Amino acid sequence: MLSKSQARTFFLGGTAVTFLIFLGLSWNSLSNEVPKQTHPENLTPQVIAGKQLWEANNCMGCHTILGEGAYYAPELTKVVERRGEGYIKAVLMSKEPWQPRGRKMVAYGFSDEQAMQLIEFLKWIGNTDLNGFPPKPDYQQSTQNTTK
Amino acid sequence: MRYKSQKVAYWFFALSMLLLTLQIVYGFVMGFDRIGWQGLHDYIPFNTARAVHTNLLVMWLLSGFMGAAYYIIPEESEHELVNVKLAYIQLIAFALVGVAAIVGYHFNYWEGRKFLEIPRPLDWLVVVDVLTFLGLILATIYAGKKKTTTSLVLAMGLLFAALLYLPGMIWFDNQTMDSFFRWWVVHLWVEGVWELIMGGILAFLLIKITGVDREVIEKWLYVIVGLTFISGILGTGHHYYYIGVGKIWLIVGGIFSALEPLAFLGMALFAVAMYRKGEKKHPNKIALSWTLGTAIVSFVGAGLLGMAHTLPQVNMYTHGTLVTAMHGHLAFWGAYAMIVLAIISYAMPNLTGRKLYDSNRGVLAFWLSNIGMLGMTVAFGVAGVAQVYLERKVGLEFGVVQQEIEVHFVILLICATMFATGICLYLYEFIKYGTPNDEALQLN
Ligand code: HEC
Ligand code: HEM
Ligand code: HEM
Ligand SMILES: [Fe+2]
Repeated sequence: MLSKSQARTFFLGGTAVTFLIFLGLSWNSLSNEVPKQTHPENLTPQVIAGKQLWEANNCMGCHTILGEGAYYAPELTKVVERRGEGYIKAVLMSKEPWQPRGRKMVAYGFSDEQAMQLIEFLKWIGNTDLNGFPPKPDYQQSTQNTTK
Repeated sequence: MRYKSQKVAYWFFALSMLLLTLQIVYGFVMGFDRIGWQGLHDYIPFNTARAVHTNLLVMWLLSGFMGAAYYIIPEESEHELVNVKLAYIQLIAFALVGVAAIVGYHFNYWEGRKFLEIPRPLDWLVVVDVLTFLGLILATIYAGKKKTTTSLVLAMGLLFAALLYLPGMIWFDNQTMDSFFRWWVVHLWVEGVWELIMGGILAFLLIKITGVDREVIEKWLYVIVGLTFISGILGTGHHYYYIGVGKIWLIVGGIFSALEPLAFLGMALFAVAMYRKGEKKHPNKIALSWTLGTAIVSFVGAGLLGMAHTLPQVNMYTHGTLVTAMHGHLAFWGAYAMIVLAIISYAMPNLTGRKLYDSNRGVLAFWLSNIGMLGMTVAFGVAGVAQVYLERKVGLEFGVVQQEIEVHFVILLICATMFATGICLYLYEFIKYGTPNDEALQLN
């Protein structure tokens, strides 16, 4: 039967090996994959200002982005593609809580400049290569195809 | 209780109970908000309620872990805590920083990164506070007569948890990098180092309650924490599938995270086997229920329900939906909430010298809270699966789908009421025990 010192070796050895592999893979992701998939060259001061607004107001406390956040309001990674800039600007600059279906967003009443910064941020994130997320709805596609 | 300084644990437990109560209040605020009762929106919008709910959760668990360490470490090391006054200061500082953060969330003062909402200036105070705590614990182990595996695993878990908080404090312009390192905190905590803390507390409880030989228990402890790290470190990849890093994580994350349930299965089998094997039948049946309960429910909530959405093919659809909320609730409850409630149930009679452990109220608290939480999990799960199909398969609008699934939140609230009733009974018992005193030193 396994002895206590063998069990300890299993713990320490296993941890060391997997941890080193993890560091190696992380290094590879950050130095090779992130530059290709996220287009850091497009991180303009406007995009960064948008990210700061995003964090300062905790938009993630209602919405998800990259599929992370809260499940109370729509996923926003592809929102520019889905709604267009004009719609989003209306949402962000609204002085009354935005609530197309009763559920309320905080009425931020952003200025034109701030709204544009957030939109630039959302545009940038929309161009990230997410390995296929969010998935294209299957049934919507098939109904579209049959009507063609 | 064998050492006077163990009494400090009580105050950490008391803080923990207070924060738990508040956490549940904010849970109800969100639950009602989701069925359209948004009366509090102007004062507590959903994002405030959520940040408060999840941060209070983490704080009460940490307070419980610290209390557990202050109780366990002197007893295991056979040495009084090196500086009791500093431990009280550390407690008060922890409570103050926590309150400041929670109040700030009501005034738009936060950093909107899920689970890491505490603003960076306050983060530094957290770091100082936790370093003080670790200093006290490590110095006590060092000064003590014995350095047991149980105390070392517990201390190692606490130390790594503190270190892993740091990558979460770095600012990144790039959202993908931000998310990448956020998981070093969130994932490597709950599916890594916190399991060491859980394992350490569980081993201590099993040694005390079942009377099985320490050597046997501690050997299995090593195996379990070994399984945890071997699967959990590379399992971080299950959060890297769809955030803007490479496809290699689909394979690495998929395989290793699928192994993570083994550690929880190990924990469940181990606890039950030790209970069967134990000669000594400790009279504190309630502590025994919570101890076996945590080992089993964590396997269901973390192991089985984690497995349910961890493969990349499934996660593509469930990522960032109420399915995650289903898993988050039962996993946190089973693994970390229940282990804290277990050590409190075990420690209270010893700290206060009052042996109130064969009350029906305690048994009822256990069953009501567990059945209530299981019901909540099912409600979140049904809502989540419906959401996944309607939104991601059929392609209906987010808002339309939310209206379709609103009814499940009525069920959620009913189950949450049952859960909260159980917690109220637990609190009633806690209060009835009163405060710790030195007469309890002779007992046990
Ligand atoms: C209190 C919760 C809450 C917060 C905080 C919040 N939102 Fe919203 N948001 C909503 C709700 C609810 C909707 C409307 C959902 C619907 O269409 O029914 C919405 C809609 C939107 C939309 C339109 C999405 C679409 O697909 O129609 C955008 C864009 C948006 N929010 C951006 C933001 C940004 C940026 C922030 C942070 C500055 C933010 N939101 C903060 C709740 C919130
Ligand atoms: C006690 C242990 C665990 C706890 C407390 C826990 C808790 C959580 C929480 C709170 C989240 C949401 C995190 C966020 O979005 O920021 C989450 C996500 C996730 N968990 Fe766990 N978990 C545990 C164990 C596991 C295990 C063992 C597995 C796999 C077998 C797993 C699989 C997942 C997956 C795949 C996600 C991502 C969901 C998504 O894509 O939205 N978890 N977990
Ligand atoms: C009265 C009981 C409770 C109610 C009504 C409740 C309700 C909720 C709601 C509505 C959310 C937000 C989900 C969303 O983003 O839409 C949430 C999040 C969360 N709650 Fe609770 N909750 C309760 C108790 C608890 C308890 C006891 C725990 C821990 C043991 C817990 C842990 C969590 C976690 C970890 C999250 C974040 C989940 C995620 O991000 O995936 N909750 N809760
Ligand atoms: Fe994880």
